[in-house]
Amino acid sequence: MNEEERIKAYNKYVKAKIPKTRPFPTLFNSFWVGGLICLIGQGINDLLLYLVPNLSEQAAWSYTLIILIFIAAFLTGIGVYDKIGRFAGGGTIVPITGFSNSITSPSIEFKHEGIIYGICVKMFTIAGPIIVFGVVSSSFVGLIYYIVGLFM
Amino acid sequence: MKCETIKFKKQPKIIGSYSIVGPKEGEGNFKDYFDYIMKNDLFGEKTYEKAERKMIENAITGAIQKAKLSVKDINVLVAGDLLNQIISSSYAARAFNFPYLGVYGACSTMAESMAVASILVDGGYFENVVCCTASHFSTAERQYRFPLELGNQRPPVSQWTVTGAGSCVLSLNGKGPRVTMATFGKVIDWGVVDVNNMGAAMAPSAMETMLSHFENTKTTPDDYDLIVTGDLGKLGSEILIDLMEDKGIKLGVNYGDCGQMYYRRDQQTLCGGSGCGCSATVFNSYIMRKLQDGQYKRVLFMPTGALLSTTATQQGESIPGVCHAIVVENDEG
Amino acid sequence: MEIFLDYLWVFLIGGFICMIGEILIITTNMTSARILVTFVLVGVFLEAIGVFDYISAFAGAGINVPIIGFGASLTKGTISAVESQGLLGIFTGCLTSTAGGISAAIIFGFIFALIFKSHTKK
Repeated sequence: MNEEERIKAYNKYVKAKIPKTRPFPTLFNSFWVGGLICLIGQGINDLLLYLVPNLSEQAAWSYTLIILIFIAAFLTGIGVYDKIGRFAGGGTIVPITGFSNSITSPSIEFKHEGIIYGICVKMFTIAGPIIVFGVVSSSFVGLIYYIVGLFM
Repeated sequence: MKCETIKFKKQPKIIGSYSIVGPKEGEGNFKDYFDYIMKNDLFGEKTYEKAERKMIENAITGAIQKAKLSVKDINVLVAGDLLNQIISSSYAARAFNFPYLGVYGACSTMAESMAVASILVDGGYFENVVCCTASHFSTAERQYRFPLELGNQRPPVSQWTVTGAGSCVLSLNGKGPRVTMATFGKVIDWGVVDVNNMGAAMAPSAMETMLSHFENTKTTPDDYDLIVTGDLGKLGSEILIDLMEDKGIKLGVNYGDCGQMYYRRDQQTLCGGSGCGCSATVFNSYIMRKLQDGQYKRVLFMPTGALLSTTATQQGESIPGVCHAIVVENDEG
Repeated sequence: MEIFLDYLWVFLIGGFICMIGEILIITTNMTSARILVTFVLVGVFLEAIGVFDYISAFAGAGINVPIIGFGASLTKGTISAVESQGLLGIFTGCLTSTAGGISAAIIFGFIFALIFKSHTKK
């Protein structure tokens, strides 16, 4: 057996040997925790619109997201968010709160390396790609929109 | 003759050993055997790196005390850990006034340092040599994986880095179990790329070292009271048993894996413990105690190490493994 | 009754999106950064083909709170900026519309990093 075949055979064997996660409990947990976070967001949004009558809908959404980001950053700080995350998986990663967690957690982790090289540099180690991909792809969409607009 | 195994003529003795572990490890299966259990992972320090350093310092002094020696009697320190540039060991060595040899074998460092120390002592160059290795969950996690506060899930094959340090003193004088043989391992890579699945990456290297050890020493698994690997974990040790069976060697009830046995099942460590501290603390507490009691007469201790770095894995490299074996015997009982 | 139904939709759709994320994690072993990038791209795509507003109309927070909403609002900002400012809008639009979220994450992340210490996992 040559090297390549052995690597292939071994990896295939390992793959078959890996213990399978029982998907049901984690899927269910991610479902209801994720749903609950969205529900809280809707609740905050409706409450804001009710309390401040002349608030525009868009401003209300912005406030809602900022409040959710604040809550997630705070829960990350006191060390609770990772515990919820371990339980709910995708339920806490996919909402905007996961974005907030991914910025706050490296900042806290690397604070001992100093404010500049610790907190500020490491802040975007996880969230950086999200912003880069978001900006690049949406600008690309904007470019297409602009070019199409020129001919219409 | 080309042979990876050394048979020591004078057979250095392990005259003192000391282990220190974190609070989670202190609730695990070996809790009654550790010398010291920290109440807090920070160990009264400001950062986890400093805590790891302090663990090494305390383990070294603890081992020297248990060997009934003083710091002045030590000729050289052989130590290593998991952090980049093995800073924990080097900075800990700063606190002592003896020469220092830094070794790196990832999680196999305990056996590597003991083998190197045995050579130094056996050759008659040094009288008393201290070995020490340590790992810390929080420092390893942020170097190899993600920030602690990130809300992610651990994959089912992942292992839990043990917070702990183990140290021992080797000497020709005094009483204690003897290091009789050492087999150095080759670096083996069977193309596993999943960084979480370190057990599978390291199992082939354990097999390779085990085979050459048995061949060079003309022994079989039955000649040992205990054959123990370091941190293959649940999955990795099952793979090793399968691999050895393919080669016609059956590992029976005298085979165990420190990582797999380390934590209780309800401690949510998935495939078990890992890290330098895993094999180091088990060897310097449980295995040493059993050797001294006479319950074990001959132990084959062979921790494995995954020689990965985040840079290499991000560049798409697979994970090489290495495994060093030492044989520790005690006839006196 | 109607408000109850609205909230039910929010819960179901939000939960469903998060569950897809979890399925991706289990089946592909993706890390959280990749999951978030994937969902942002989904949001950009949904907004670009003009479907997002229809879903948003009845799903509300169910699709706006997941990071998909972030992607959509990036694109929405770019498109409206292109409409008002032309070529310049391609560069100014996306971050203008999401400035609130990104700034909030940076500001709170920074402040809490100064206040809190990281905790060991148990």
